[in-house]
Amino acid sequence: MLTSDLTQEIYTSVTVNKSRSGLTMLGIVIGIASVIVMVAIGRGAQSSIEESIQSIGSNLLMVRPGAERDPGSPVMGARGSAETLTLDDAEKLPSMVSAIESVAPQVSSNGKQVIADGQNTNTSITGVTEVYATVRNVSVSSGNFISAAQNKNLSKVAVIGPDVEEALFGENATGTVGKKIRIAGTEFTIIGVTVAKGGTGMGSSDDVIYIPLSTAQQFFTGSKYVSMINIQVKSGADMDAASAAVTTALLSLHDIANADDADFSIMNQADIVSTASSVTSTFTALLAAVAGISLVVGGIGIMNMMLTTVTERTREIGLRKAIGAEGQDIRKQFLFEAVTLTFVGGATGVALGWIISYIANAYGVTASVSLNSVLLAFSVSAAIGIVFGYYPAYRAAKLSPIEALRYE
Amino acid sequence: MIQCKDIRKTYVNDGNSTEVLKGISFDIQDGEFVSIMGPSGSGKSTLMHILGALDTATSGKYLLDGKDISSFSEDELAHIRRDKIGFVFQAFNLLPRTTVIRNVMLPLIYQEIPVADRLERVEASLRAVNLDEKRWEHHSNQLSGGQMQRVAIARALVNNPSLILADEPTGNLDTKTGDLVLETFERLNREHGHTIVLITHEPDVAEHADRTLLIRDGELISDTKNVKP
Repeated sequence: MLTSDLTQEIYTSVTVNKSRSGLTMLGIVIGIASVIVMVAIGRGAQSSIEESIQSIGSNLLMVRPGAERDPGSPVMGARGSAETLTLDDAEKLPSMVSAIESVAPQVSSNGKQVIADGQNTNTSITGVTEVYATVRNVSVSSGNFISAAQNKNLSKVAVIGPDVEEALFGENATGTVGKKIRIAGTEFTIIGVTVAKGGTGMGSSDDVIYIPLSTAQQFFTGSKYVSMINIQVKSGADMDAASAAVTTALLSLHDIANADDADFSIMNQADIVSTASSVTSTFTALLAAVAGISLVVGGIGIMNMMLTTVTERTREIGLRKAIGAEGQDIRKQFLFEAVTLTFVGGATGVALGWIISYIANAYGVTASVSLNSVLLAFSVSAAIGIVFGYYPAYRAAKLSPIEALRYE
Repeated sequence: MIQCKDIRKTYVNDGNSTEVLKGISFDIQDGEFVSIMGPSGSGKSTLMHILGALDTATSGKYLLDGKDISSFSEDELAHIRRDKIGFVFQAFNLLPRTTVIRNVMLPLIYQEIPVADRLERVEASLRAVNLDEKRWEHHSNQLSGGQMQRVAIARALVNNPSLILADEPTGNLDTKTGDLVLETFERLNREHGHTIVLITHEPDVAEHADRTLLIRDGELISDTKNVKP
């Protein structure tokens, strides 16, 4: 059978029953489109989470106090609840570990009421030094960040996040710098507004107020302890080695002999990234699996239609065999018909998936279509055509011409 | 030419064997118009399947154009049908929603005849069966029974077969259109020299052939020349 004849035969049989072919293809279209969209949404979530983790700064080690433990008690308190890290630790670390680029201690205090212009909001207050801006990738869109002098003088100045600005002064507020706000009863002057980083998976970095670290200790925590020490490691340095060196340094500063008794813990940014990616890839796999099921259902639809077609056309198959068609001519015709249906369905599904991902992006859901998932979906659809088309085609090819011609 | 020597066919069903053809021998020369007649159950359909290379005999020899095809494989039989045999069926078996021309062309597809040479052969076949040229582009299901059967005959002719096998070709037609179809066969035999074997249970139909083989209970009862007026 010539290829041109095969093409013509397939075209004829697909178009003769347009609605049936269309509905069967729809199963594949939906299957392929959902695989593409689901994988795109999964990947989108993955990349936006990774991006927001990167946005907190690069080459970052975060040292937090260890869990509080009563002497002799096996019960541990929440991690970070103990007061073990001091400003002193932060100041001594750079001279003890050569891989450190800079150190930014911070004091955090949650849920303080903030009032300005008669509006009020509730947000976390973070006491920081001037280094914090570089270590944690914070930049200001207007005004300035907190300076070393302000820290020294216990200045009552604040740099606010864009979410706080919106809550207090409304959307598209201007002239925020210079205004006064009251934080838990104390008046502060706004000296800057930070650039929006977008919502992140780990608490928005836009809903925050930065004040000088010394001021925070004086007015809100009332102690010499810090909540966290952010360490920026020199670029190119080994993060794991740096983390180990910081551990050793802090252990000696705290006079602890055994590393198991450490009263602090160190988080490596790379670890957070890999944890987050393993979560999101599980999520993506789950979405893909659900979509994959619909693809298989679509494939069964193809098989069902092809079996019906073979039964309906039994006499025709008998005739074709009687006038000289070999088994393989018949098999080819039905197999390629199934493959054509899945292929056209697959192509339409890819297009539809792309369009849906595009629309999803327009509505704020990050969906990134990958070429790999398109290729995969496409080859899966062709494979489905072959797998689910083979049995009906085999049945057709095997029909005895005498029996087939007698079939009523 | 066709030579059948002691053709036997036995069907085995659940351990019971039934001998449908009990040793049939005859020759058919090139250009003959022969009818095979017998009541239903006589084995004439089984004989037709063997003559048409749709089936093989259990024993005996069947020579088509000097070639013994009794032990051919399925694909080899398909090639014999493709190159040497044209079928005409009682139920026409045309492809519905397909034009007359495309229907007649179907055997050429399996012969892999170049596309450019096909139309000429299809048109020659359609002219040979006297089908009105206005009908050529019609779909097969828009035709009358007599026209459909003539399209089927044209399809059987298109591969220039050594043998045209017609299985009850008038079974679904009224007497008048049936006669027209039979006249077509006679003319093809007389004017074009086609070898035709006509299978029927009706003596009136069998009379149109030059010679009648009468089959009953799987045996050849008589082999007579028909005297035509």
